[in-house]
Order: sequence, then structure tokens, then C-alpha cells
Amino acid sequence: MAHDTETSQPLRRSNSRVIAWCLSGVVGMFAFGFALVPLYEVFCEITGINGKTGGRYEASAVQQVDEDRTVRVQFLASNGPGMTWEFRPVVRSVDVHPGEVVTVNFYAANGTEEAMVGQAVPSLAPSEGTLYFHKTECFCFNQQPLDAGESVEMPLIFIVDRDLPEHITKLTLSYTLYDQGKPVNVSRTDRVQTKTNNNG
Amino acid sequence: MSAVIDTHAQDHHHGPAKGISRWLFTTNHKDIGSMYLMFSFAMFLLGGSMAMVIRAELFQPGLQIVEPEFFNQMTTMHGLIMVFGAVMPAFVGLANWMLPLMIGAPDMALPRMNNWSFWLLPCAFLILVSTLFMQGGAPNFGWTFYAPLSTTYGPPSTTFFIFAVHIMGVSSIMGAINVIATVLNMRAPGMTLMKMPLFVWTWLITAFLLIAVMPVLAGVVTMMLMDIHFGTSFFDASGGGDPVLFQHVFWFFGHPEVYIMILPAFGAISHIVSAFSRKPLFGYASMVYAVGAIAIMSFLVWAHHMFTVGMPLAGQLFFMYATLLIAVPTGVKVFNWVTTMFRGSLSFEAPMLFAVAFIILFTIGGFSGLMLAIAPADFQYHDTYFVVAHFHYVLVPGAIFGIFASAYFWLPKWTGYMYDETLAKTHFWLSFVGMNLAFFPMHFLGLAGMPRRIPDYALQFTNFNMISSVGAFMFAATQLLFLFIVVKCVRGGEKAPAKPWDGAEGLEWTVPSPAPYHTFSTPPEVK
Repeated sequence: MAHDTETSQPLRRSNSRVIAWCLSGVVGMFAFGFALVPLYEVFCEITGINGKTGGRYEASAVQQVDEDRTVRVQFLASNGPGMTWEFRPVVRSVDVHPGEVVTVNFYAANGTEEAMVGQAVPSLAPSEGTLYFHKTECFCFNQQPLDAGESVEMPLIFIVDRDLPEHITKLTLSYTLYDQGKPVNVSRTDRVQTKTNNNG
Repeated sequence: MSAVIDTHAQDHHHGPAKGISRWLFTTNHKDIGSMYLMFSFAMFLLGGSMAMVIRAELFQPGLQIVEPEFFNQMTTMHGLIMVFGAVMPAFVGLANWMLPLMIGAPDMALPRMNNWSFWLLPCAFLILVSTLFMQGGAPNFGWTFYAPLSTTYGPPSTTFFIFAVHIMGVSSIMGAINVIATVLNMRAPGMTLMKMPLFVWTWLITAFLLIAVMPVLAGVVTMMLMDIHFGTSFFDASGGGDPVLFQHVFWFFGHPEVYIMILPAFGAISHIVSAFSRKPLFGYASMVYAVGAIAIMSFLVWAHHMFTVGMPLAGQLFFMYATLLIAVPTGVKVFNWVTTMFRGSLSFEAPMLFAVAFIILFTIGGFSGLMLAIAPADFQYHDTYFVVAHFHYVLVPGAIFGIFASAYFWLPKWTGYMYDETLAKTHFWLSFVGMNLAFFPMHFLGLAGMPRRIPDYALQFTNFNMISSVGAFMFAATQLLFLFIVVKCVRGGEKAPAKPWDGAEGLEWTVPSPAPYHTFSTPPEVK
């Protein structure tokens, strides 16, 4: 096997180089698959697609109210799988002027026999309007614990941006309330500040 | 050839080991290639029998044979087994057999890994098929396993499905690394990249695609696993996740995957068309560049599978135009095949029949793909039988006919005997008629609004469904004939010369038929 000693040495070296490159490609693409998760989040946040409304809005300056324009904002509330709370908006819809600070309430009641924690997740339609719908305060920023039989009115304070495209005359804000299990045993005052999921 | 034997006389004696250990421990590319092909055919029959359950249930409206739950398991397992068990391993088997012979290498670059990557496959599919017998049944969420159907609402066996996908992913990645190392390092002296046979080129590019997307598939099933068992919320809206994200990650894998299943067939068809036209392939370089272009563009079109999720207009337009653009390199290939045949000295043996049918029917599948790619129209076609018709037209007369063409083309080289040409032509014509009967009416069903993945349907769809079922039974029965032809060819027949096709080109025809257990121990010189 004279030719073997001549050729196989350099070959084996380059084989391991090819394997190393390929494996780094494999590991890189596996990581890329997971990197798609935050990339997708950021992409949706920037473009406002997918109806994901942003987090808490800090108004830099008080916007002037555009009295000439009226936008109807409708509210929907529904329960996630297995959630038994009564959950509904106090008003079905409001007519607002862009720039105006509006407060509405959502009603939730725990009709079960035990304490539970709920978390509302918002979605806005049409998704094109997402970038122009600002929430300065929202119950969806926090988890909501309720004792057995307890009910609560949860506030939402929002501003519809003056830059909302002209052709959008109606926005629909929908909340889905999810069961987050039993509350962690802490004193009542602490419980209000349960962890934030930061899902807007 | 005597030089080859001499080299080995000095070495320890070589020949296949006896008994089962030959197959368990083999590192020989021909043995492993044969095992891949046999495994793939077994899976083809298994996945096919599941399709028969589906078509039997759909023969008439109403529920006759199976429960809807079991029907869903059948559609899911049929898809998974055909994609990962039949088509992909068949091409890996062809690669194992033919790549070393085509580039003048003695074996694959990493023979031991080759053995391992094959034997992982039966393990993976044992796990996958065993889910049929588990409590709650097999996966029933479709081969695309969209979350939350597969996470929140999936059967308990979903975890086994995830594990099986991991194992077959590892197997595919190892196979791909092996192909890349073989093609880059083991070509005969003088065989530059642009002198490589097209099958080698298409497989090299396919291997890169596999390395790029199989890890993403592994990632997405890992996320599912974590959502199901470890309390994460990648795809669960209640924890801040997003089910649409699943579709993006899945189709980022899924779209290149469809090219993984067709590019090697493109390569094989190029050899066959050229051999039976007795002309060199028209536009070799443009073929290579077209395959490269298709591979790169396959990463930029994934969202055309999900136009209806509520994408912004700009996104729909981008993915629509990018998808339509893929028709350009694909068109280059089709025109090159046709031009190769033009004024050639054509003869229509079985490989050529399958190759010509491939070109015509794959083009039909490509055109229905273009219809689906048009975003505004897709809202009508989405999740209807039109989609089923489309992807079966690119996979059955595309990938599967490509595999049959390759099998008949190289069977004399593998077995040393000519196959029975009359039976092979019968196999072709029955497959051709059966396949078109089965899948062409699905276009009409889809356009008329019949949704896919349902066990029952409205009365007006009955006639086309009956025709489709009859065609499917015909196609399936015909494949047993293929098994018979191959067994007959292995057992004997007319002796095959080293080069049974007078128009064929390439190093594989310079070794005797059947190809000796060891070939090209001394590399040939390529001018």
C-alpha cells in the first residue's frame, strides 16, 4: 500500500478540517434556530405586526388632542383554555380622539372555590394600528391574583396616537385571560406586585 | 482492473464478511448504500399502506373504515414516513453507492460514521412507528406538527415523535458531512469541481442544505419538548410565546427541505436524459449555477407556506416575488433537459421513461406551485386538496420517479444483471397512469374547496375522490411489481456489461458490473 502512506496523511487532515467546519455549521444553525425567537420578538415589536402591542408607554410630551377625528376602540375579552373566571370589558367600545388619554375598566371575577392568578395577553387588530396604540397603564402588565369569590375592576389607560393612518377608523383590542395557577403564598400587599411577564 | 486486485492481494484479504455481521458492522459504501435503499423501500411500502388507509376511507363520503382520530394519525405518519423514511434515505443510499464510483474514490471519506448514520435510522423509525401502539395513539397533528396542536393538544406520544426526529436529524447531518468530506477530499486526480458529474454536484449542494436546516428542525422540536415538559412558553401565548413563531421556524427548515428531496433527483435525471439522448448534457455550467441559485433562494421563501397567518402586505409581496423568482433557475434546468433531448438519438428504456415523465409531471407540479405562490390566490387554495395535489406532483413523479429512474439506470451496475425491460416498462406505465389518476383530480377537488386532512367530505366531491382512490390503489399495487423486478434482477438474468447504456458517461461505467466490493483503490486519472 505504498500510495496509501503518500496520500492518506494529508487527506485525513483535511477530512477533520471539513468535519470541524461542518460541525460548527451545525452548531451555529442550531443556535440560529433559537436566536429566531428573540429576533422574531424584536421584529414584531419594531414593525408592530402580529397585533402585539408594546409595553408601558412613556409619553415624552403631552400630545395635542385631535378633536376633528374620532376613532372607535372596541374591547373584547375571552378566557384561555381551562380558565373559569368571568372576564369582560365594562364598556364594549369607546369613541376617542387621537391624542386623548382614555381610561377604561375590565371586570374580572373569580367564581371558583380557591385563590387563582390570571394573566391577560393583549392583541390588537388591525395589526397595522399596533404602533399607534399606546398603553400608559394596563392590567396586562402584571399578573392578577384573586381570592375565591373575589372580583376586581382592572384599569387600562391608553392613548391613540395622532399619527394613526387616516384609513383606520376602528381598532379592536382583544384580551385573553390565562390561568397562571395558584398564587404564591405571600402577604396581600406584596401580591399585587407579582412578577411581570413583560408581554405587553 | 487487475491492478486493483493486486493492490488488495498485498493487503489482508477483503470481501464481504459472512452473515449478519456483514450488515451490522460494514463500512463499505456499497453495502451501506444497499441498506439505505432497502430501508427506504420498506418505509415506502409502510408509508404507502398508510396512504391506502387514507384513500380507502376517502373512497366514499361518510365514515366507513377508520375513526377520525386514526385517520389523522395516518395522514401524519404517512407524511413523516415518506419524507424522512422513504425519500431522504433513498437519496442517501444512491449517494453512498454512486458518489465514490462517480468521483473515483475507494469509499466514502468517513466510512465508520457512515455505518452509524445508517443504523440510527431504523432506531428512529422504530420509535416513530411504535407510537401507533401507544396510549393516545400516534402523532395526529399533521407532518408539519404546528403548535399548539402538537404541544398543548398533542397526544402523549409526541415526546417519542420528538426523540425520533432528533435521531433522524443526527443521521441526516452525519450523512451530509460524509458527502461533503467525500466530494471535497476524495475526488480522483484531475477531477476539478466543474468536471464533477451533476449528481455529485446536486448532492454536494443538498448536503449543505441539510447541514443548514436539519439543526433548525432539531431546534424547533427541542422548543416543543421544552414547552411540553419544562414549562417554557416558546409557542404558548399564555406565557408570552407565539404559535406563529412555530410556523416561521418550522418553515425555515421546511422549505429548504423540499429542495433536499428534489435536488439529487435533478442530478440523476441529468445523467439519464443525457445517456438516452446519446448527447452530452446541454448547459452543464448553467445546471450547476441553477442548482446553487435554487438552494440559496430556498432560504428566502419560507413564509409562502403561511400567507394566511396575517402577514403584512409587504411581507406577502416579498415572499410572493421571491418564490416566483425560483421558477427562473428551475426553468433553466427544464429547458436544458429538453434541449439535451432535442435532436438526440433517443431511446426509451425504463430509466428514460421515468426521466421524461419526471420532466413533464414535475413541471406540472411546479406550475401549481406558482399558482400557490401568488399570495392573493393562495387564500383560496390554502389548506385545500390543491395543495395536496401540488406537493404530490412534485414528490411522486418528482422525487420518487427520480429514484425509480436512478434505480433502473444503475441496477445493472449494482447487480451485474439487466433487469426485465418489459416488466420495468409495465411498472412505469402502471405507475404513470395510477399516479395521475390519483393526484390529478385532487387539483379539481381543491379548487372546488375540499379541505385537506379530513376523513369525510361533502357529497359533491365523491366522484373525483373515487377516481383518486382507484388511481392510488393502482399506483400502490404497482410498486409490488417493482419489488419483484428488483428481486428478479438481483437473482439473475442477462449479464450486464460494464457499460450497459451506450450513451452513458462517467467513471462508474469503467468498473465491471456488478461493481466489485472494492473499487478505485488506485484512483483513476481524469483528463
